[in-house]
Amino acid sequence: MSLNSLWEYANPRKFIQTTDMVLPWVTVLAVGVLVTGLIWGFFFTPADYRQGATVKIIYIHVPGALMAINIWLMMLVTSLVWIVRRHHVSAMAARAAAPVGMVMTLIALITGAIWGQPMWGTWWAWDPRLTSFLILFLFYIGYMALWSAIENDDTAADLTSILCLVGSVFALLSRYAVNFWNQGLHQGASMSLDKEEHVADVFYYPLLVCIAGFVLLFISLVLLRTRTEIRARRMRVLLARARMG
Amino acid sequence: MMINVTNLTIARGGIKLLEGVSFTLAAGKALVLRGPNGIGKTTLLRTIAGLQNPVSGQIEADRESMVYAGHADGIKPTLSVIENLKFWAQVFGNKDISKALDAFEIAPLVHQPAGELSAGQKRRLGLARLLVTGRPLWILDEPTVSLDAAAVGMFADAVRAHLEQGGAALIATHIDLGLDGVDQLDVAPYRAKAPEPGDFDEAFI
Amino acid sequence: MIALLQRDMRLAMRAGGGFGLGLSFFLIVVVLVPFGVGPQSALLGKIAPGILWLGALLACLLSLDRIFALDWEDGSLDLLATAPLPMEAIVSVKALAHWLTTGLPLILAAPLFGLLLNLPEAGYKPLILSLILGTPALSVIGTFGAALTVSLKRGGLLLSLLVLPLYVPTLIFGAEMARRGIAGQVATTPMLMLAGITCGVIALMPFASAAVLRVNLR
Repeated sequence: MSLNSLWEYANPRKFIQTTDMVLPWVTVLAVGVLVTGLIWGFFFTPADYRQGATVKIIYIHVPGALMAINIWLMMLVTSLVWIVRRHHVSAMAARAAAPVGMVMTLIALITGAIWGQPMWGTWWAWDPRLTSFLILFLFYIGYMALWSAIENDDTAADLTSILCLVGSVFALLSRYAVNFWNQGLHQGASMSLDKEEHVADVFYYPLLVCIAGFVLLFISLVLLRTRTEIRARRMRVLLARARMG
Repeated sequence: MMINVTNLTIARGGIKLLEGVSFTLAAGKALVLRGPNGIGKTTLLRTIAGLQNPVSGQIEADRESMVYAGHADGIKPTLSVIENLKFWAQVFGNKDISKALDAFEIAPLVHQPAGELSAGQKRRLGLARLLVTGRPLWILDEPTVSLDAAAVGMFADAVRAHLEQGGAALIATHIDLGLDGVDQLDVAPYRAKAPEPGDFDEAFI
Repeated sequence: MIALLQRDMRLAMRAGGGFGLGLSFFLIVVVLVPFGVGPQSALLGKIAPGILWLGALLACLLSLDRIFALDWEDGSLDLLATAPLPMEAIVSVKALAHWLTTGLPLILAAPLFGLLLNLPEAGYKPLILSLILGTPALSVIGTFGAALTVSLKRGGLLLSLLVLPLYVPTLIFGAEMARRGIAGQVATTPMLMLAGITCGVIALMPFASAAVLRVNLR
């Protein structure tokens, strides 16, 4: 199969055909990697000498948090593709990704709270990171609400794309504003990858496997949801045509 | 020549309505669009006025020469008749509104709040707006709705005067305005056919 | 453009709600806060800048859907779109009219309401300055939200949902500037950030607002 151009896959029919083949494999792979990573992380790593067994929540928390941000970035890219090249599949992929991103943000927030309770003795603190994620969560909700509020698909795609663009700028601004507003109290950058020297290899490798599992899971979910979107759109076209007679 | 439309295809809500519409309209001429309800006359006029994009085809016309009047008149009920009219005159960079007041006989109403006008009077005010814009190409969507016979006569006179001054008008209407030398265009034959397989939007099918 | 501004101001005054409604809402928020948190003057004085900023923000939000809704319903927006004004100019003028009818009265009333909340004396200047710098941004960002939701029948709630997250940076820097002023700290950084946001949105937001308005008019 020659890959003449990436844009070939912007054709809905081509997209469905391709994902027919790809989707089962990606899904199986996602489940396999995720289960491997989680079992490895939960059962075959030692408890941290300081944090005890609670540290193991990083295998969900960190990948969830990474995905929350990266899914928004992916939506930004697909929105730009829609605005510039007007490929329907691109807009649909953005729409399909939003709920996944929202759930990832929620996972990051909830696991963070569960982790934070024994560690800092509080479920919630207005720490810059937590606050930024809460704001990101609000952006996801607004984006999804706008999608579902507009009936015409192309209009909705246009408006949400512009909202995604504008929202990205403001999300970034909010991040800096929040950092300025409350210069982090404590908070574990120690667990994230940019300070990997703080994380012993014994935790680090299973964490990488979990992150890969989350990425694969996201790809699988987005492909599935995009296919659903395409079929829903096809149904609407057919219904509209039936009404026209 | 005021406007030249070639092979225009228009759509509303992603569904093609009319296909391959072509016509030209010269200065001093009027073109009346006819066709059954829901066929896409309003969408055609909105596309020509630049409010929405055509699916394909060309519209050669000077954007700055057009003025559009749709179903809604854009009248503010809390402003008086003269304030409404003066506002639109200012937006289009004109000052003189006396001609518009005379043409549609709204001079006696000028200080009334527009909200107190009857439907027909409102419509007359909406049409008077066309005169204060000073633009040569009128694009009118059902201009005679809720007008009585006398007011339809006023409107026909206004169009006639406008054409004599070298203006042009593109009108979608169901009634006979009694204008001479007006071309008619029935849009029914241009109704979009069921799309060909393989066409991009059809990729969804 | 001046004609449009004049018309919008006139409409706001005639409709009766233009100046009064936002201001009354602001007053109600300020009155309700002591009922909620208790009457201790020290506490009220401490949270006063935050309350005043929040009140201003909510009062602003309340009047956003009026920016385009009426013009949309009566067809004025279609006619304006075909008028010789660029859409960017229309949305800018709309934002300016919104600020003049909502933001400006709030700024003028803020000292009075500060009195009610026992705002420390050192706080008046930074608070007013922060409102002057920040409220234009609220109007401009709000205009974008209003343009985004104009075609929706019941867009009010969605409008708030979309606009409030966009207000976060403005609120943070605005309230921070007022707080630092009261504490006697240097407030240059939040002031510059606030001014930067306002200038940035005034310069760039009209393009986004005009784009979504064009999409909605299709």
